[in-house]
Amino acid sequence: MPEAYIYDHVRTPRGRGKADGALHEVTALALATVPLQALKERNNLGEDVVDDVVLGVVDPVGEAGSDIARFAALKAGLGETVPGVQISRFCASGLDAVNFAAAQIMAGQHELVIGGGAESMSRVGIGASGGAWPMDPSMAVPAYFMPQGVSADLIATKYGFSRDDVDSYAVQSQQRAAKAWDEGRFSKSVVPVKDVNGLTILAKDEHMRPTTTMQSLAQLQPSFTVVGQMGGFDAVAIQSHPEIERVNYVHHAGNSSGIVDGAGAVLLGSKEAGAKHGLKPRAKIRAFANIGSEPAMMLTGPVDVTEKLFERSGMKKSDIDLFELNEAFASVVLRYIQAFEIDNAKINVNGGAIALGHPLGATGAMILGTVLDELERTNKSTALVTLCIGGGMGTATIIERV
Amino acid sequence: MAFKNFKVETDIDGIALVTWDIPGRSMNVLDETSTTELEEILKQTTADAAVKGVVITSAKEAFCAGADLSMLEGMNKEYAKVLKEKGEVAANQMLFDQSRRFSLVLRGIETCGKPWAAAINGLALGGGFEVTLSCHYRVAAENPKTRLGLPEVKVGLFPGAGGTQRVPRLVPPQDAMTILLKGDPVTVDKAKALNLIHAIVPAADLIKAAKDWIKGGGKAVAPWDEKGFKLPGGPVFSKAGMMMFPAGNAIYRRETYDNYPAARAIMSCVYEGLQLPIDAALRVESRYFTQVLRSKEAAAMIRSLFLSMQELNKGARRPQNVPASKIKKIAVIGAGFMGASVGYVSARAGLDVVLIDRDQESADKGKAHAKSVIDGLIAKGRAKQAEADAIMSRITPTADYAALGDCDLVIEAVFEDRKVKADTFAKAQQYLKADAIFASNTSTLPITSLAENFKEQGKFVGIHFFSPVEKMMLVEIILGKNTGDVALAAALDYVRIIGKTPIVVNDSRGFYANRCVGRYIAEGNEMFLEGVPPAMIENCAKMAGMPVGPLSLSDEVALDLGLKVIKATEADLGPNSINPDQKKLMVELVEKQGRLGRKNSKGFYDYPEKGKGQKSLWPGLSALQPKQLDPDTIDIEELKQRFLVVQAVEAARTVEDHVITDPREADVGSILGFGFAPFTGGTLSYIDFMGARKFVELCHKLEAKYGSRFTPPKLLEDMAASGETFYGRFPPKKAAA
Repeated sequence: MPEAYIYDHVRTPRGRGKADGALHEVTALALATVPLQALKERNNLGEDVVDDVVLGVVDPVGEAGSDIARFAALKAGLGETVPGVQISRFCASGLDAVNFAAAQIMAGQHELVIGGGAESMSRVGIGASGGAWPMDPSMAVPAYFMPQGVSADLIATKYGFSRDDVDSYAVQSQQRAAKAWDEGRFSKSVVPVKDVNGLTILAKDEHMRPTTTMQSLAQLQPSFTVVGQMGGFDAVAIQSHPEIERVNYVHHAGNSSGIVDGAGAVLLGSKEAGAKHGLKPRAKIRAFANIGSEPAMMLTGPVDVTEKLFERSGMKKSDIDLFELNEAFASVVLRYIQAFEIDNAKINVNGGAIALGHPLGATGAMILGTVLDELERTNKSTALVTLCIGGGMGTATIIERV
Repeated sequence: MAFKNFKVETDIDGIALVTWDIPGRSMNVLDETSTTELEEILKQTTADAAVKGVVITSAKEAFCAGADLSMLEGMNKEYAKVLKEKGEVAANQMLFDQSRRFSLVLRGIETCGKPWAAAINGLALGGGFEVTLSCHYRVAAENPKTRLGLPEVKVGLFPGAGGTQRVPRLVPPQDAMTILLKGDPVTVDKAKALNLIHAIVPAADLIKAAKDWIKGGGKAVAPWDEKGFKLPGGPVFSKAGMMMFPAGNAIYRRETYDNYPAARAIMSCVYEGLQLPIDAALRVESRYFTQVLRSKEAAAMIRSLFLSMQELNKGARRPQNVPASKIKKIAVIGAGFMGASVGYVSARAGLDVVLIDRDQESADKGKAHAKSVIDGLIAKGRAKQAEADAIMSRITPTADYAALGDCDLVIEAVFEDRKVKADTFAKAQQYLKADAIFASNTSTLPITSLAENFKEQGKFVGIHFFSPVEKMMLVEIILGKNTGDVALAAALDYVRIIGKTPIVVNDSRGFYANRCVGRYIAEGNEMFLEGVPPAMIENCAKMAGMPVGPLSLSDEVALDLGLKVIKATEADLGPNSINPDQKKLMVELVEKQGRLGRKNSKGFYDYPEKGKGQKSLWPGLSALQPKQLDPDTIDIEELKQRFLVVQAVEAARTVEDHVITDPREADVGSILGFGFAPFTGGTLSYIDFMGARKFVELCHKLEAKYGSRFTPPKLLEDMAASGETFYGRFPPKKAAA
C-alpha cells in the first residue's frame, strides 16, 4: 500500500465570527481560496497537477453551498482539470478531508491531493444547513438531542469537572496560545488574507484574549442554563444519564470554542508525486479512524475513536509525543485527559479553539498543521489529532514525521 | 332521505341545516352510523343544486363528545382477527383504510365547493371538534361552560381526522403543540382568542349567525387551500421553526419520558405534515394514527382510563338489588388533616357535614382547613365566594357526638390505634340512627377485626381515602367479612356523590393500593442498599412511568412512619417478614440522623425553605450505602422493570388472595391511587399486555437475582401455562347503564 505523505500545510488567521470580525467582508469562496492559492505558490505547483481537492464545510449553504471545493480550486488557479468535493462530518470535517485525501493516495488511485476546510461562520451562520437530527421527532427523541453546550455540561457533571476546573483549563489555553504567537510558533503556516489589491485584511488570529484570568472568567454567566431549563434539555440530559440529579452548568463563552471565520489546507501525496514535483515530505499519515459514540453525551467520541485507533494501529499512548484535541469545550479536553491519564504538557501545547476559535469545517486541517509544526519545532516524532463531533462521533489521525 | 342520527332541513335560501341528534343517547358521539350518514349528507348536499351551503349543529346540549371509543375497541378486535387470518400487512392496511375513512369525509366537506358552517351549540371534543375544524366557518354559542378541544392524547390516542394538521395551520406551533399534547379543552373565549373559531354569538342567534355567514358570501375554501397560504409559525425549516421543534422534542421527552407513542406521533405529524400540502399531510397523519391504534399503550389506556373508569364511576360493582341510598348528611369523626379534607370534599359535593373532634377547638380547626382550601381556590379564580359561603355553611364543627343522630353516613378518621377506634365506635353507636352506615377511613387496620368492635357488623365498611383527598380521585371501599350489601351500596353511592372513582376490595393488610405502593417504596430502598446512585433510583422510577420517585415518596409519607410500619410488621408477622437491612437504614435515618422526611425538611432529600430553590438529595446518603455501583455498569432497563414488576406481581397476589376480584379495579385503582405507569393501563394490564408467560419469565429472572419478592404466585404460573389474561380469566361484569 502506498504511503500518504504530508508535504505542506497552511491556514488563514481566524477572524472573529461576527459582523465586526475582520474576515466578515471576505466571501466564503474567497476565504476557501486563500490556503489553496498559498499551497500552490509555496510549493511551485504547476497547473493541473493536483488530482482532487477535498474541503470540509459544515454549513454548505448559500455562498458556501454547491460544492465550494471545485470553485475554490478554480479560483485558486489550480487548473481546470482539478476537481473538488465538499464533505461534512461536522466539526471533524477538516480532518476527515485530510483523511479522505490520504485514503485516495493510500489506495493508489490519486497522487497529489489537497485536504482542508473552510467556514465563514460570520456570513453563513452556524446551523444554517438545517437537518433532521434536532428537528425530526423520530430522530431527536431517541437520540436524546441536546445542544452541544448542554452535552458539554453533562460531561462536566458526569465526570466531575467543576467550574474552576474548566475555567483553569481555559486560562491555560489563552496563555499557551499567546505564548505561541509571541514566539512565532504559528508563523510558518499562517498566511494573511488579502484584498484584491494585495492589501492585508487579517494577518493574526483575532479571537484571543491573552489577559484572561480566573477572575475575569468568573464574571461570566453559564451559557446553557436557560436553554437547559426552559428548553427542556435538562430533562433530556438527565434521562440519558439518570445517575445525575441535575446538570451542573459550567460552560460559557470563555471556556468554549470561539465562533470564527477561517480556512486551512494540507497538501498530501505519494512518495513518487513528491519526488516528481520536487517536494520534501514532512510527515506521513500513520493511521486514522472514525467512530460513532453515544449521541447524548455526544462529545466523548475522541475517547472512543482513540481507543479504536490504538487498537487498529497497534500503537499505544506512550507512542504519542503530542496530542491535539479540538477544544470545543473545556470539559471535552478534561475528559480526554482523564480517560487516558495524559500529561498536561503533551496536549494542546499551543492552546486551542478556546483561545483561537473553531471555524467548524476548517479546524481539523488547521490543528493537524499546528501539531506538525510543533513536532518539528521540538524535534519530536508522533502526534495524534482528534476532534469531537456533533451527533456523537469521533475522528482521529496519527501522523509521524519522516 | 331520512337519516337515523341527523335531521336535514333546507330553508328557503337554500341553506341545509344538518342537526345531529343520535336517538337514545344524551350526547352525540362519533360512531359508525354517524360517519356513514355524514358522508351521505355531504354527497347529497353537494349534488343538490338547490343547496347553497350547509350549517351543521346538534340538537343535544353538547355538539359532540367525540369518538365512540368502544367502536375503537371493536376495531382492535377486528384487527386481531384479520391479523390472524391474513397476516400483518393485510391487518395494517385494513386499519389504515378505516382510520383514513373519517379523515377523508371531513376533507370532503372542506373541498366540496359549498360553504359549510359549524354552529357549535355546546361542548365539542375530539372527533366532534374535528368535524367543526373541517367546516369553513365556526361560530359558537356564548356559554362559559362550553369546552372545545382535542383530548385524545389523554387516552393514548391523538386527533386523527385532521386535528394535527388543521390546528397548527390555524394557530402558531407553540399553541398548537399545547392544544394537541396536553389535550386540555378550552372555553369558547379562549378558542376565539386562539383563532380556533371565528365568532361567538348569543345562543339564540347561533343558527342565524351561521346562515348569515353563508348568505354573506362565506367562502367555501379553507385558508390552506388558498394560493399563497402561509403557516402561522412560518416554515418548519426557518429560524422560528428551529426555535420551536428542538425544544418541542425536548419538552415532549420531559413531560412523557418517551412512554407515550400518541404524543410522539403528534410531534411527528406536526413536523412532517407542516412540510406538506394538506392532502399529503392528512395521509401522513392517518399513517401515524394507524400506528398508534396498533400500540398496546392506546389499547391499554382506552380500556382503563376511559371505558373501565366510566364503568366504575357508573357503579359497576354496586349491588343491583339495593335501592339508591338517600345520603344527605354525613359526619366525620376526627377533624385532623384527613378528616377535615373528607368533610370538605363532602360539603363541596352538597352534603351537610358534621365535623366531630374531642373538643370544639379541634373541630373548629378542621373547618378552618376547609376554609383555607376553598380560599386557595378563590385566589386562583377557580371558585366563587358565594360557592365558598355555601360550602362553609354546610360544615358544622362540634365536640358533641349527639350531632350524629340524623347522619346517614358516619366516617371515622381518628388516630390509627385499635383502642382509640374502639372507644370512638362505642361513643358513636349510641347516637346513630337505625339505618346509618358506619365507615372507617383506616389505611392500615383490617376492617373485619375493627368491625368486631361495632354492634352491627353488616353496616360497617371501610372507606379509604388517599392523601391529599382534594386531589386524589380514588377511594378504596373495603369489605369486611360481614359487611352487608346495603353498606356497600351506600359507600358506592357516597363516592359517586363526591365525584370520585371507587374500587371495591376485600379485607387484607394494606388492602390493595398500599400493598402495591409499599412494594414500590421498598424496592427503592433495596436499590439504595445495592449501591445504585440515589438520583438514578429516582430518575429510573420516573422513567418507568411513576409520578414520584420512591425516595421522594418515602419522604412524603414520612420516614418515621415507614419505620413504624416495618416495626409493626416485624412484631405481627415475625422477623422474616422484613428486610433487616432496610430496617437498619430507616433506624439510621430516623433515630440516629433525625431525618423524618418532608415534615422536618430532612429525609432522603434536603428541603429548602419555601421559595428558596428545589429540594436536593442529601449529600450524606452515600455514606449510608454499604457500597456504590459504577452507574455505567447498571442496567437501566432492569431498574425500570423492577419498579413496575414488583408492584404488578403484588397486584397479582391480591387477585390470588381475592382482595381484588375485578381486574378493572386493580388497573384503575393503580393509576388513580398511586400513579402506576398510566401508559400500561395499570398493574394487571401491564401483565396482560406483556403476556403472562413472558411476565412470569421476567419474574423468575428477577427472583434469581433479587429474591422472593419477585416470586410469581401460583395463579400467574397457571395463567402462564394456559396463556390466559386477567381480563380473560376474570371477565368484568358490564356496567349497570
